Amino acid sequence: MSKTLLHLNGLTKTYPGVIANDDVSFDIAAGEIHALLGENGAGKSTLVKMIYGLVRPDHGTMQMEGVSFVPAEPRAARAVGVAMVFQHFSLFEALSVAENIALGMENPPKANALSARITEVSQSYGLPLDPERLVGDLSAGERQRVEIIRCLLQEPKLLIMDEPTSVLTPQEVTTLFTTLRKLKDEGTSILYISHKLEEIRALCETATILRGGKKVATCDPREKSARDLAEMMVGGKLNLAESKETTLGEVVLEISDLSLPPQSAFGTSLRNISLRLHRGEILGIGGVAGNGQDELLACMSGEVITTAEAIQLNGLSLGHMSPNERRTLGVLAAPEERLGHAAAPDMSLTENAMLTAMTRKSLSKSGFLDWPRAKDFAEQVIKKFDVRTPGPQSAARSLSGGNLQKFVIGREVLQDPSVLIVNQPTWGVDAAAAADIRQALLDLAAKGASVIVISQDLDELMEISTSFAALNAGRLSAARPMAELSLDEIGLLLGGADAAA
Amino acid sequence: MDLSAISPTLLVASLMVAATPILLAAIGELVVEKSGVLNLGVEGMMIMGAISGFAAAVLTGSPMVGFLCAALGGAALSMIFAILTQYFLSNQVATGLALTLFGLGLSAMLGQSYVGIKPPVSAKLELSLISDIPVMGPILFSHDFTVYAALALVAGVWWFLKYTRGGLILRAVGESHDAAHALGYKVVRVRILAIMFGGACAGLGGAALSLVRVPQWTEGMTAGSGWIALAIVVFASWKPARVLLGAYLFGGVAVLQLNLQAAGVSIPVEYLSMSPYLITIIVLVVMSANRSKSALNAPAALGRVFHASR
Repeated sequence: MSKTLLHLNGLTKTYPGVIANDDVSFDIAAGEIHALLGENGAGKSTLVKMIYGLVRPDHGTMQMEGVSFVPAEPRAARAVGVAMVFQHFSLFEALSVAENIALGMENPPKANALSARITEVSQSYGLPLDPERLVGDLSAGERQRVEIIRCLLQEPKLLIMDEPTSVLTPQEVTTLFTTLRKLKDEGTSILYISHKLEEIRALCETATILRGGKKVATCDPREKSARDLAEMMVGGKLNLAESKETTLGEVVLEISDLSLPPQSAFGTSLRNISLRLHRGEILGIGGVAGNGQDELLACMSGEVITTAEAIQLNGLSLGHMSPNERRTLGVLAAPEERLGHAAAPDMSLTENAMLTAMTRKSLSKSGFLDWPRAKDFAEQVIKKFDVRTPGPQSAARSLSGGNLQKFVIGREVLQDPSVLIVNQPTWGVDAAAAADIRQALLDLAAKGASVIVISQDLDELMEISTSFAALNAGRLSAARPMAELSLDEIGLLLGGADAAA
Repeated sequence: MDLSAISPTLLVASLMVAATPILLAAIGELVVEKSGVLNLGVEGMMIMGAISGFAAAVLTGSPMVGFLCAALGGAALSMIFAILTQYFLSNQVATGLALTLFGLGLSAMLGQSYVGIKPPVSAKLELSLISDIPVMGPILFSHDFTVYAALALVAGVWWFLKYTRGGLILRAVGESHDAAHALGYKVVRVRILAIMFGGACAGLGGAALSLVRVPQWTEGMTAGSGWIALAIVVFASWKPARVLLGAYLFGGVAVLQLNLQAAGVSIPVEYLSMSPYLITIIVLVVMSANRSKSALNAPAALGRVFHASR
């Protein structure tokens, strides 16, 4: 039995209106991989921020190797051997790998010596990295390597990883797990935050589950089923989305040979994208963020105009049309970024409903806006999609991520689209809301609409899509029926193995 | 019209003097913008530096004390901006514009009793042998110390940003304040220091105008130099060496314009006086047409409000 590295006792943190952590106590042993499980808003992030010194607990104590540990700032936490890899990468795109790593160290060596160390450590852990490259040019997997190596150079005793695999391909996940197991064998403890249960069961020896800021249980995840763990997280039965058998109809949307130059310095170009979307089909487009997802959505929604013939709806060219003209024809889209792209943060839900539903729900009369009808429509979305909000007059910003996402998807679904394109429909959304959103997309397809789901979450795509294509460096693989594909094949597609096809 | 009356040597020598005020202000603003803050109050800080420097130099009789007070005056005014934008999270564009208007008004009030006075003369580099070398002498070795100080400052800022840890942290804060905060860097402190440095540099630039270039005090004497300095930072795509190039280019146009007038070129004076500003606009349009390249070097967090809770 190994000794305790970090002992947490009664940690409590209150924010106005929310108790983020309520009397959380558990131990992390030396040399173990300890999972921290919980839905969004369960208090995982707040807890690790307290350990990393970004947030101070209101009550409670921490002990590191038996010594009282009160980190006032990340520097103090790093000094005793706590390192952290962030969920949303804390990297600087316009700086080089070496500069990024130097920023995360207390006393970085001279530039040359540091580059040599980076190369050496990255080789020994199987995470090759060129210290001179700009971070903005790296893939998501490579960026994560930068963060991990930044931590490893400080020889941490405790490595905190916040949702490390959410942006990785299956192959990259395997590499990461090898590295983590190697670290564990060297005696480093790892606090691993995730909501991917299978991963946790494969990797971790201990799991602590949080719900609503309170600790629910500490258990051995290998002895529990994924369903048990999920129900402990949610605190009740979990409804998984059920798909109905659908037969594919005729081709509805066809994209042929669509190319687009990069729109910004770190943007991706689209190269010769072709796809055919059938009636009733849910096409899942997988791929790590930054491979052209945003650009592809922009081309289909009409934010970026292409040649007219590149995109055709039932034989009608619409590549040159504006978003509203496309909406009239039934091509709707819900982009990834909820605040500021899919919804205007400071406008009410009624106003946000007006913004995209004006044409299709005829919310305007001879040039004047019909606010009562817009309000009715917003209320309809709120009711049908179980959006938790005081009412349609609330500002979009005031909704939690999951609720706003339900509103954004619901607003498009209720406009009866013939083609709906969604990007990351359940990103940062808790399990229950995610299941509802997936169900809504399945129902929509069952009614005869066609759906394109762009997502980084493979589990999600495997659950709901009828066919699958991978987007890699702006190229789209040929779509294949989901049922035919194994996880390995999907991984290869995501890595660009099919890029020539 | 007699263009031969314009001596290239004197032209270069005088453009260096003419460019010094905007060079000082621009290199300060570059540091501010590299930290992610857009301070549009350069004009206001310059004119505050001009009057505080002028007043102090006249009262004490020492140009050096004048320059010191100019830097302090500029920095003091920039502190208003720093407190409003960094602690009270006010909009940087609006606050910067307000700072310019406030600086212009306050300096006019402070300067009422200084109109028409001659300031003490600041020392010039007089090396009897070297300064008398033809061509090189007047260009390189015959200026007052502000010209050299400005050049040293540009080199210093370049070295600081490229080679020191402090410079790396400053760039990191300007690139992504959230990431810098997550790593435990004091975003607000770094930015306040940068804003004060920018204010001090703008103040020095103002004093270079009122004590060396003109030298006397008139209300609103900066006459848009602060705006040119802001434009130069963008023109230089946030690179110190190019700030130097830009400042000398604009200084050159201003001096050439005076020389052409003196040489009796038959163009209305107004066209010549507006030429530096026209060129600013043209250069900015050309620069921003190539979006990807200049944007690459722009600090990504420029002008964005930072709040630690997010």
